[in-house]
Order: sequence, then structure tokens, then C-alpha cells
Amino acid sequence: MGKPARELDVSEITKAVRRMCISANYNVPNGSIQALKKALETEESGVGREVLARILENHRIAREECLAACQDTGVAMVFVEAGQDVRFAGGELYDAINEGVRQGYRDGYLRKSVVTDPLFERVNTGDNTPAFIYVDIVPGRDVKITVAAKGGGAENMSGLRMLTPAAGVEGIKQFVVEQVAKAGPNPCPPVVVGVGIGGTFDRVAVLAKKALLRSVGSHNSHPMYAKLEAELLEEINKLGIGPQGFGGRTTALGVNIEFAPCHIASLPVSVNLNCHVGPHESVIL
Amino acid sequence: MARRINTPLSDDAIKTLKAGDNVLISGVIYTARDAAHKRLVALIEKGEELPMEIRGQVIYYVGPCPAKPGMAIGSAGPTTSGRMDPYAPILMENGLKGMIGKGRRSDSVRNAMVKWNAVYFAAIGGAGALLSKCVKAAELVAYEDLGPEAIRRLTVEDFPVVVVNDADGNDLYEQGVKEYRIK
Repeated sequence: MGKPARELDVSEITKAVRRMCISANYNVPNGSIQALKKALETEESGVGREVLARILENHRIAREECLAACQDTGVAMVFVEAGQDVRFAGGELYDAINEGVRQGYRDGYLRKSVVTDPLFERVNTGDNTPAFIYVDIVPGRDVKITVAAKGGGAENMSGLRMLTPAAGVEGIKQFVVEQVAKAGPNPCPPVVVGVGIGGTFDRVAVLAKKALLRSVGSHNSHPMYAKLEAELLEEINKLGIGPQGFGGRTTALGVNIEFAPCHIASLPVSVNLNCHVGPHESVIL
Repeated sequence: MARRINTPLSDDAIKTLKAGDNVLISGVIYTARDAAHKRLVALIEKGEELPMEIRGQVIYYVGPCPAKPGMAIGSAGPTTSGRMDPYAPILMENGLKGMIGKGRRSDSVRNAMVKWNAVYFAAIGGAGALLSKCVKAAELVAYEDLGPEAIRRLTVEDFPVVVVNDADGNDLYEQGVKEYRIK
């Protein structure tokens, strides 16, 4: 007989989600701030430097005055890593998460950006629910919750391609760089590029999104993928798009890759972009 | 050095604006996104009156955050302009002179700017907190049911933008990439 399950009241999850929805939108992650400061030193374009300075000023104002750094406070993406020895008590997990989103977007004066039906009605749900929830069961007795506010502008520039294995590293590079070039000024560069490689059609998209949860400046723990991240960043910054697309050297602040096993016939690749704000935050309960 | 201009924009003022110019806008501008544009264009097509005068005016593509108590508006940066491309030419035909947003415009919008002597400005995407400081007043004009997508009349002071497309057909995005692209 193992230890009895740890009981976690879902009201704790509501509280944590509420707090992180607000905090993530006010406080741009430190990795992005450091990368922006570095870019300000190296950017060759005068207009580009001016844009970067204004962006840093924006992020300071947002943090100090408790304002959303970007008006697109996104859809609430909530990633739960639930230890298998935890039992959720006091209500339903998904309800508790949605209640946290509802409270956070209301109390934080955040924009509500979710419509009911995508095609015919498109009525704003008014409270930014439903959240987009992914739950993974992991070993242990902890629950890790990550909230990412995903804006529409950068999200609309995402792409996915089912390559064949023969395409290899060159095929991956070509697709990723092409995707960023195609996006141009639209996703508010400098951007952070999330790349998924492997898995299946559905899985590879989630990989790219999860890659964006890693802080800017971090590297994949696999050395070959870390090297590919660096090479892609260099290629992307040759595009000349620059801050806000006005021309310059800083098109991306970072490239994060996540990978997974895949079918012998496949080489799926996906790109999901974040702007320089890229709000996300985690907590372990 | 940034130039200061006031709204509404005259035809002569438009002619002096060139792609790449830094501009500080003061005066009244109107907010509208996809859903509001769809309704405005439907009104024009039916020959009905619009909820606001658009002749000489500037539309800002923005869906702001709610205002905190004591503030005019919440975070208020630009949204992607391309989504308004299907609607923009008919508004210019009816007198719209300026658009503020971010990201590329379609060929038909760029041609319409040349034809109707209009201009497209970019504000910094992801700088909504900073930009909200330039908004001194916000007032609901129409379509409250659209929530953040309602049309609002904003009074702005020294609102910082860059000219992307001028009435001569120049495009800052194309010029910028050409200058800095390696290989």
C-alpha cells in the first residue's frame, strides 16, 4: 500500500490562476527584458533602437503601474501537470480553472477576447472563458500550473507542415525561416519563435506552444537541438525585418525548440510565434 | 525628429507625410476593428448614415483593455491591420484619411491610399501601456455590444506613430527589409 493521495482543494487552483492571469499580463518575463536590453545594444538601425527603447519603457510602465503590457491579453492557455498522487477536492478542476480566469480578467482590467462560436455568431463570452486547458499526468504529489496569455496577432502567424524525413535539418530550417519571413511585421517583432518538431499533426502544434513557455535565452537540453536553435536565430535575424518590421537586425529574440518521437514516415514541424511581450507564469501547488 | 500633426487630416497635410516619418498625432481618432468595420461597410452599402463622420478622420485599429478607475482607457496598442483590408478601401472612398495599426496592408489597400490620398501609420505593437498614456479621453460612439470592439472616440495627445504607407505608394516595411536583409 502506498501513501494515501494528497488532497488539493480546487479553490487553491482558482486563486492561483486568478493571480497568474493578472501578474503575467502586467509583468513581462525577465528573459524577454534581458534579450530586449541586449538587442538595444546591438541593433544597427536607428529606428529599430528607438522602437526597442520604447518597448522597454512600455514594459517598465506596465510593471510599475500594474497595467497590461499589451491590450491583447489573449486567450488564457492553462497547462496543468498534475501529480498522479493528487486528488482534486471541492469541485471540478476545469470549473476551478475557468473561475480563476473569469476573476483574473475581471479584477485585472484585462481585455476579454473570446467569442462563443468561431464562424456564425462570434459573440464575446464577456469573461474570457473558456480557458484553453491542457492536462498532463506526471509522477508525484505536486501540481504545476502554467498560465500563458496568448494574443491573436502572433498566433495568426503560426504554421505547420508535414515534411518527409528526407527534408531533414535543411527542410526544417527552410520552413521556420520562411514562416517568420511571411509573418513580417504582423506579429509585432521582435518575436520569440516556438518550434515543434516530431510527434503527429496535432502533437507538433502543442510542442511549439510549449516551447514558448520556456524562457527566452534558455536552450534545449539536447545539444543538437540547442545548436539548431542558435542557427535558426541567426538565420532569422538575417531577414532584415527588424523591430516592428521597420528594418533592422533584431527580428527574433530567441528560438525555442521542443521535439518528440514520430512515425517512421513523418517529420512534422510547426511554428508558433510570441511577440516580445509573451506573457506566461508558473506555480507549483 | 518627430513631426506634430492634428486631426482631422487635410489633403495637403497628407501630401507632406512620407513613409518612415515619425509623427505625433493630436486630436480625435476613432477606434474600430473587424466587427465594427463589417457594420460600417454594411451601412455604406445600404446608403445609410454612419454613427460618426469619417471624412478627414483617422481610424485606430485597437481593442483596448478596460480602463482602471481614474483612467481614460486601459492598455491600448494597435491590432493587426490586415484583417481590416477587405473594408478599408470603401472607407477611404468615403473620405477616411488615416489608419493606425500594425502590419502589412494588401495591394488593394495600398492602391486605394494612392487613389484617395490617404496614409497608413504604424504604432508600436505590444506597447499598449505606453500608448494608453497618450489617450486623454475615450467616449463610446457605437456598437457597445461588441465589447472591446465597440467604436470609441479617443482624444489623443502626441500619440507616436510612424508612416508606413504614404499617398505616393511608398512602403516602409519593404524599404526596411531591403536595407537590412543579409544575402
